Amino acid sequence: MPDSSHKIVILLAGDSGDGVQLLGSQLTQGAAQSGQDVRTLSDFPAEIRAPKGSIAGISGFQFQMASTAVHEPGGQADVLVVFNVAAYVKYRDQLKPGGILLASTDGFDKRSRALAKLAPDEDPLEEARVSFRTLECNFQTVTKEALKDMDLGSKAVSRAKNMVVLGALTWMYAFDYIMVREALANKFSGELAKVNDKAFMAGYYLGETAEWSAFKHVMPSHTLPKGTYRTLSGSQGIAMGLAAVAHQSQRELVFAGYPITPASDILHELVRQRSKGITTFQAEDEIASVTAAIGASFAGKMGVTASSGPGISLKAEGLGLAVMLELPLIVINVQRGGPSTGMPTKMEQSDLMQALHGRHGEAPMPVIAIKSASHAFDVMLMAAKYAMEAMTPVMVLSDAFIASSAEPWRIPDLSQLLQIRPTEADISRMPYERDAKGVRPWIPVGTPGGAHRLGGLEKQEGSGEVSYDADNHQALVQARQAKVMGIQSSYPELTLNLGSKSDDMLVIGWGSTYGSIHTATEQLRRQGHAVAHLHLVHIYPLHPDLDAVMAEFKQLVVVEMNQGQLVNVLRARCPKHMAFIGQTSGKPFDALSLTETLLNTMSS
Amino acid sequence: MKAKDYLTDQDVRWCPGCGDYSVLKQLTEVFEAIGADPDNTVLISGIGCSSRLPYYINTYGLHGLHGRAPAIATGVKLASPDADVWLVTGDGDALSIGGNHLIHLLRRNVNVPILLFNNEVYGLTKGQYSPTSQPGQHSRSSPLGSIDQALNPLTLAMGANASFIARSMDRSPAHLREMMIAAKAHHGSALLEIYQNCNVFNDGAFERFSNKQHTIDHTFHVEHGKPILIGKDQDKTLQLVQGQVEVIKLSPAGDLSQAWTHDIHDPIKAYALARMAGDLRPFGIIYQCERPVHEQEVHRAMAEQGQQSLEVILHAGRIWEV
Ligand code: SF4
Repeated sequence: MPDSSHKIVILLAGDSGDGVQLLGSQLTQGAAQSGQDVRTLSDFPAEIRAPKGSIAGISGFQFQMASTAVHEPGGQADVLVVFNVAAYVKYRDQLKPGGILLASTDGFDKRSRALAKLAPDEDPLEEARVSFRTLECNFQTVTKEALKDMDLGSKAVSRAKNMVVLGALTWMYAFDYIMVREALANKFSGELAKVNDKAFMAGYYLGETAEWSAFKHVMPSHTLPKGTYRTLSGSQGIAMGLAAVAHQSQRELVFAGYPITPASDILHELVRQRSKGITTFQAEDEIASVTAAIGASFAGKMGVTASSGPGISLKAEGLGLAVMLELPLIVINVQRGGPSTGMPTKMEQSDLMQALHGRHGEAPMPVIAIKSASHAFDVMLMAAKYAMEAMTPVMVLSDAFIASSAEPWRIPDLSQLLQIRPTEADISRMPYERDAKGVRPWIPVGTPGGAHRLGGLEKQEGSGEVSYDADNHQALVQARQAKVMGIQSSYPELTLNLGSKSDDMLVIGWGSTYGSIHTATEQLRRQGHAVAHLHLVHIYPLHPDLDAVMAEFKQLVVVEMNQGQLVNVLRARCPKHMAFIGQTSGKPFDALSLTETLLNTMSS
Repeated sequence: MKAKDYLTDQDVRWCPGCGDYSVLKQLTEVFEAIGADPDNTVLISGIGCSSRLPYYINTYGLHGLHGRAPAIATGVKLASPDADVWLVTGDGDALSIGGNHLIHLLRRNVNVPILLFNNEVYGLTKGQYSPTSQPGQHSRSSPLGSIDQALNPLTLAMGANASFIARSMDRSPAHLREMMIAAKAHHGSALLEIYQNCNVFNDGAFERFSNKQHTIDHTFHVEHGKPILIGKDQDKTLQLVQGQVEVIKLSPAGDLSQAWTHDIHDPIKAYALARMAGDLRPFGIIYQCERPVHEQEVHRAMAEQGQQSLEVILHAGRIWEV
């Protein structure tokens, strides 16, 4: 197998109660600390606790680890770990032929088969033994044995099963078990810490005693740049990014949100991190959360709100007001499968048109797209810079995949962070008197001598008083537009993510497709194809050099998780033929099939 | 500062004769009386005739979105707890499109006085029936008479556990000023319903409560610790019979020991008074209680928990060196 020895994709699956997500996060943490680069993908059911043992209730956690840089959680799995038969049935097609199946046999008994709606005499393990290399183990028994002197009920024993599996996989891939153990000790306390540690060690020794040596695989370690590392999920990246905003701008923040999947994790993270200078507020609805954020900005703090698709629709009215008031505001859309409630736990990039145009009136606002968990941190700083320096609402696009995916992240040096200089409370200027950049002053409530009235009605340029004058409205529509275009001057240079201008084909993407496109392009380049990759961060305004870059290539193809949104924006400004590859399956592009699709696009 | 100094140079654009003028005037006089600091005073309004008021007052002001003023005000108070924020709203704004925001503001007890101009009609959109319109009210959208039940802002506020509930009207300037001052002095959300005549679309809606010839039969004033006395001769009072308020005669006449003594802290009696939506209605502070104020609780909790620096946040949890 070509590079499989340096890249392994592991998929863990079980009931919501099996603790698969916890197992996944501890395992990736262990992998990362043992020198692997890692990308993860969580697959949650939309229901909290679907019936036990049913296929609908299965949750999955996939990750790819490698001793070289990886950019995505991988396509088909090399290893599938299942806690019951329903998990096996749900994910068997995602295991490579000849891959390793680690099955907890206690979840394959008659009852479990009935719960998974299989025929009573059907034993899927028989078929599995033919297609895969199977490792069968009754983890319930192993766990019970390990914890026998702790006097626990069978439920408590079941709950520790994931720790046995964690131990077994830690052994199998020769992760630094001391670090994994330490991480557990940090996470849990008291009796639970003891139980988990015992179960973990039992799992760690299981491999030796059960003679699984043939499956042991020592991963060479990846050489990362020197520094202090941690793992970071997209939601954490956003929350820490906001903490960095408070630090860099010396302005406090008010974050207002309303519970919605998958955006709620941002609120959870913020509440948990207790950042200096960030007030959190759970509002009564989406409308209240955006308008409370606007109120906070009027009072001189940086208002921030977050939601997902339908919630953003509700906020649209408030966004129009923020454009009119010319106050800073950050709106984060953690996109999910739509329309309506759609696929709340699954990824999609189908709100791009909403971000660009989903408002009433001429209401331009910058739109920035996050491409990965660590990128989320940087994007929050960028968004805040544009919002506070240009006095404008800014839309940030993330999605369900980025929100829960994790990667190792080098903690940045604070002195290297983006500088933010909030617009000053210059009361020598009238409320709507613009500076050279077309930006009005930010005069917070309480500023002596600064009393002024804002409102949703059109303003008189300068004074800000109500005006229904036709020429004034024309001029102000243009002034608001020009001000937003002005942020282009602080854009970083537009650079290709892979390849060069002399290549033939340019693959353009945005947001969380970054990893899949990067991997697919890399693969094509290795095969000798002249393909480059450009990943757009600034969706509005687009980078001023974009047209010139696109003009350099013979072939253009846009890849996104929708029915063609960015592609239509780009087609409107580029005379060349532009191919489109889209997917709305709720799952990220599989890099391998994307490679093939791109190849077909090239030769067509 | 004098009352007139609180006015901006903007032309006031209400219809001549509108009750809104009186409210504006009383508010500027109240500002003079309490010495309101224009740099620290903020008027937040929604959309509608009444919500234009902030444009006319020389403090900070925000004319926001239809119904959303309570949420905007909450944001201002979270960011700036010491600002003197006032909420200016109407019956359509606060009780129809913004009903949700109003009940949550009251429930949280954000420290803002709320001036709810109730004219029982949509004025700015030219005369549709509103949530407080009486059943049978003829309007441009209900030519045969509205079939909806009217919403009572005071009982709604009681239901939302509001900590201050009062009523006044545009035609009683002294009482209106007194109520505004009390609402401002209250620590928490203070709902002040103001009967306001829309002389264009719903003229005379409150005639029986405001016309001197009738008021005595249709209104009574409540004051904490004072007996409730009703009628020209002040010879009647109220009593609760099976949860309903009934008017009874004092007998022997003048025996105040039988009179209903108003207790602003008694929620059951306050609710009974608030429910009086017929031909006889109470004015004054109906209910008041002390309870924690939202923005102060938020900041107290934050101070108690302690706040972490960016450096600490970035290094929290598992970190490792490469
Ligand atoms: S429409 Fe009615 S409420 Fe509005 S300004 Fe005219 S009179 Fe006043």
